[in-house]
Amino acid sequence: MLSISDLCFERYFERVFEPVSFDLSAGSLLLVTGSNGCGKTTLLRLLAGLLEASEGEIHSREHPLYAGHNPAIKDDLSVEENIRFWMKFMGTRETNTGTELCQQVIEEIGLTPVALQEGRTLSAGQRKRCSLARLLFCDEALWLLDEPYSNLDREGIVMLDRILKTHLDAGGACIMTTHGSLRPEGFELQECHLISGREKYSGTAA
Amino acid sequence: MNRLYLFFHKTGSPPWFYRFSGYLIPWLWVTFVVLTAIGLYLGLVRAPADYQQGESVRIMYLHVPAAWMSMMIYGLMAVWGFIALVWRIRIMEVLIISSAPVGAAFTIIALITGSLWGRPTWGTYWVWDARLTSELVLLFLYFGVIALYNAFDEPRKAARAASLMAIVGAINLPIIHYSVLWWNTLHQGSSIGSSGSSIHPSMLWPLLIMAIACKFFYGANLLSRSRLRLLRQDHRKRWVQELLSEES
Amino acid sequence: MSRQSAGTAFAALLRRDFLLAYRRRAELLQPLVFLLVVTTLFPLGVGPSPQLLANIAPGVIWISALLATVLSLDSLFRSDYEDGTLEQMVLSGQSLALIALSRTVAHWLVAGLPIVLLSPLLALWMNLPEEGMSILIKSLVIGTPVLSLIGAIGGALTVSLKRGGQLLSLLVFPLYVPLLILATSAVSSSVAGLPYTGQLGLMFAGLIAALTLAPFATAAALKLSLS
Repeated sequence: MLSISDLCFERYFERVFEPVSFDLSAGSLLLVTGSNGCGKTTLLRLLAGLLEASEGEIHSREHPLYAGHNPAIKDDLSVEENIRFWMKFMGTRETNTGTELCQQVIEEIGLTPVALQEGRTLSAGQRKRCSLARLLFCDEALWLLDEPYSNLDREGIVMLDRILKTHLDAGGACIMTTHGSLRPEGFELQECHLISGREKYSGTAA
Repeated sequence: MNRLYLFFHKTGSPPWFYRFSGYLIPWLWVTFVVLTAIGLYLGLVRAPADYQQGESVRIMYLHVPAAWMSMMIYGLMAVWGFIALVWRIRIMEVLIISSAPVGAAFTIIALITGSLWGRPTWGTYWVWDARLTSELVLLFLYFGVIALYNAFDEPRKAARAASLMAIVGAINLPIIHYSVLWWNTLHQGSSIGSSGSSIHPSMLWPLLIMAIACKFFYGANLLSRSRLRLLRQDHRKRWVQELLSEES
Repeated sequence: MSRQSAGTAFAALLRRDFLLAYRRRAELLQPLVFLLVVTTLFPLGVGPSPQLLANIAPGVIWISALLATVLSLDSLFRSDYEDGTLEQMVLSGQSLALIALSRTVAHWLVAGLPIVLLSPLLALWMNLPEEGMSILIKSLVIGTPVLSLIGAIGGALTVSLKRGGQLLSLLVFPLYVPLLILATSAVSSSVAGLPYTGQLGLMFAGLIAALTLAPFATAAALKLSLS
């Protein structure tokens, strides 16, 4: 589904991380680990197509779905309005884009009680859930999730694992970053450990 | 093929550019100095004074080439910028941002010499003359590109933003130029200057030689400063390290 | 893969922008009040002589319109950039130029059109002769969309910068020069009883050119700002 070789990205004329290579097949989950500032988010943004690689290549036929740190929620719109906008804008996997699907999605992410509240009233965890709603109505096979567990409560983590399981069973694939404390449980996973370019540099210099 | 092409441009290019420009720069400087000496001699000593404007016309030998350069460099910046954005060639990113200060300097020279010429001719340092006004707007365009470059932290992103701005500005430049010319005729009736009158060869030659000398100055200055910028940007890269160890 | 049709996405985006503008309607008034205040400063600064005011009226009104537009441009893409909406839009697979155009259209409708609607009042204050009134409105109708279109490029270029506002005005004002010249000369010509259709025609040509080129430049600038 996705194959990258010797991928690296330069910022300030230095490698953010040392070149990475991996293959990702349908139905698999790849965990990108590494210390803070080693370029996990940068790698995901590269794969999403927001950044262009300095070296190396990305082979992929899939248009990925990227969920980053910013939840893409408008403070002045209610949860329902936010989700409906994205459904209209991005399209949904079902032809029906009506209220029914929207309500179903909101229920699944557990935001029914706050569906009519404005974005600004949401807590960090609720925002995270709201941003994960895209996973439910978009039909992209490749997911790029940046720290998907951050801010989620125990219930939220269970919910995300359930959504992820369904996705992988249906032949999807997912790459997610984590800084280590929270990891998906009960999945077979590949791991890719990123090494910061600066770490490597100072290592050889010493 | 494509891989090779990418490899060449992304990794091979800066050292090659450094070496190549190293050979070129001395020749460019020498040509510039020789041409300027000839141009200035012809312009300031040999050429006759104007029968209307007197000796003050001699400032034209600096003013006109500077004004031409200011426009040409902005146009070239758009060309470098286009190549930088489309093919992502790093040398071009370096060229565009090294061009901007030279271009701005030529614009300032054109403005200063223009108003110095204006003092005896119009009796005042500043008139909203079409050429001076459009040079002034051009200066603001240069400032925009330079300020935009400096506002970004990441040099490559900054260079791409500056490239885009230079392209947008270059598309607008002729429109600005002609609208200002038109605005000037609208408000002043006819503009004072050497419009229409044919220029005598004894005045044309020094002008042309000075114009060519300015182009060599731009080339030499651009390459020297681009080299320096490349060295500074790549100071941790292997090719610079090797270069340093070679020289020491 | 079911990519949403461009038309539906465009409509959804416009609808969202109007809803957001409506929820923040108090903020929409700021550039308009700014326009009124700036225009008021001119008679206070140069004196209330009706003849003098009539002479400088087209320039004053147009310059105030430029300033008011630039004031509202900084926020054109900023909130979408900061909350991550912009990166999702870029990644959605929809044409980025179309997204830029949609945002620009929304900007003109909430910031440019009100300037056009306020212009008769400004003309009255500045003692613009009646013959010039309809041409002033026409010039603003053709010209303010160009202000939004060109300004959007500047807004997109500076969106990732912390303090982009000042830089934005430095970038776009020189680009506005031809428009200012043509528009004010059209109004002045009509007051003087001279032909003005040439200027309006050129402005219209400028509008068409900006409409076809500017969204692509804005799109490139947005992509760049996100990198």
